[in-house]
Amino acid sequence: MAWLLFFIAAVIAISCFSLSVGSSSIPFKNIIAAVLRRVPCTEYSILFDVRLPRILLAFAIGGSLSLAGVILQGMFRNPLVEPYTLGISGGAAIGVCLNIVFRLNRSLGVLSLPVCGFLGALCIVVLVYSLSVKKGVLKIQGLLLTGVMISFISSSLIMLIMAVSRIEDLHGIVFWIMGSLEEPNNTLILLSLAVSIIGLILSYLFCIDLNALALGEEEATHLGVNVERSKRFLFIITSLLTGFSVSVVGIIGFVGLVIPHFMRMLVGRDHRILLVSSFLGGAAFLILCDTLARTIIAPVELPVGVITGLVGGSAFVYVLTRKQIPLKGK
Amino acid sequence: MLCIRGLSCGYYDRQILWDINLEVSAKEIVGIIGPNGSGKTTLLRAVSRLLKPKGGSIHLDNKDIWQMKYRELAKKIAVVSQGSPEEALTVEEFVLLGRIPYFEGLQFLETNHDFEVAKECMTLTDVLRLKSRPIGQISGGERQLALIARALAQEPALLLLDEPTTYLDIAHQVGTLDLIRRFNRKIGLTVLMVLHDLNLASEYCDKLVLLSNGKVYKQGIPEEVLDYKTIEEVYKTVVVVEKNPISKKPYIILVSEEEKEKRKKK
Repeated sequence: MAWLLFFIAAVIAISCFSLSVGSSSIPFKNIIAAVLRRVPCTEYSILFDVRLPRILLAFAIGGSLSLAGVILQGMFRNPLVEPYTLGISGGAAIGVCLNIVFRLNRSLGVLSLPVCGFLGALCIVVLVYSLSVKKGVLKIQGLLLTGVMISFISSSLIMLIMAVSRIEDLHGIVFWIMGSLEEPNNTLILLSLAVSIIGLILSYLFCIDLNALALGEEEATHLGVNVERSKRFLFIITSLLTGFSVSVVGIIGFVGLVIPHFMRMLVGRDHRILLVSSFLGGAAFLILCDTLARTIIAPVELPVGVITGLVGGSAFVYVLTRKQIPLKGK
Repeated sequence: MLCIRGLSCGYYDRQILWDINLEVSAKEIVGIIGPNGSGKTTLLRAVSRLLKPKGGSIHLDNKDIWQMKYRELAKKIAVVSQGSPEEALTVEEFVLLGRIPYFEGLQFLETNHDFEVAKECMTLTDVLRLKSRPIGQISGGERQLALIARALAQEPALLLLDEPTTYLDIAHQVGTLDLIRRFNRKIGLTVLMVLHDLNLASEYCDKLVLLSNGKVYKQGIPEEVLDYKTIEEVYKTVVVVEKNPISKKPYIILVSEEEKEKRKKK
């Protein structure tokens, strides 16, 4: 419980910090003044039209990716799986690319992007799942290996799509692949928030099942968990979270790998607390990374994936070398 | 209590068990014995509903186990297997997981009753003193006790054990089986377990089921099943069966090849 309050406080503190820094820095007391006065002025519009939407989006995406990671790791009892290593991000990316090439987002509206992302992610999940389930029982090692291969295949496919697409679509794809939390469409931001929170609530219904799965699938069955059904639901939730995130901001790696890992060290392995703290931790982490990305060499903005990769990856390696953590899941 | 009729099952295209008929009455300790690959563990997996039968049926208290809900079955049957649990879990957290079948739909926290049951199970198995130690840091014998404590926390009527004495020294082997027998006598727990050690099986089981090549070769009280002809036929090895001087149960003595040769020469 104390941890939850701590993470909520961390999210709020980092958000405030993120609100105040930037190409024009706004001291904290001015923020409060601007909020209280509610009159349109430059500071007010910087805060509420530029920075706040980004923070909200970073909150939603960071939370979603980290949550997807912790669910997958719980299901597979392996700290190395996350949406990216299982190929789910890649599938979502193909869905989005196809959407851009066939210009569905122009004919069907911008909401078709996340739908395509979700469908792409779901296709991969169904494919990977059915490939490894063919022999009767889902074997984790096979799934992981297939997932890595699918990531490779999907990045090749994206390049293929880029190679044959028209110049003006190419611009759209490249712009999206670079990945940025700057999203002009407010509906998408609010929708991302809604999806991430719905994902959190739905996955929380399975937290006991995830705890049981920590003992292994057969043991979980002995404890009265309908393992196949829970896994199917959890796969759909992770597809939704991943597909949505990828379609809005592009592929941002490492959030789903690093945050759950640190959270397990901090709060333990009970998913009843791990799910919520990973969500909040991921949100805080991505807000921080995005703030760094846009301030570190301002006014030039770095892709946020660069920061998450550098910060997350090196922190991960540091932790691994400092403390012997078994990498092998069974 | 448990009634297996004409059960045949296996994995994919390989059939392991053929036409198994077996009855376990309430408050009985039944041991499944047989050579490696005779289908002992498969039989246990079929009873715990991990394997779908290809033919025949398994009834628990006159109910087909495949008609029961997952949680309903988990309240009746608990399994002690040689799994490798998440090593960072503490013993108490691990034992509390045994209460999962009793969680209601939207219940996320254990009730006081759950904590009481877990504590009692840890007391009975003597692991209460280890309750805040991580599972990865206790000895093999203690881990076996923790596994049993978790299974007992499910408050089952039938306990399944897959070779509960493997990797344990003789003191812990006897300790574990004594514990199981104590529960059997005290709370009327029915036990079905796979055992490798024929002498332990003879000592602790009310009834033995000898499997050979996926079929029941013989079943009955230890004195009936463990005679030297049967053992030699099924295990293809020479044994001498004596009586345990203390308990008067059959006692199997192994004969090495060298000794056999010596006898032949005489």
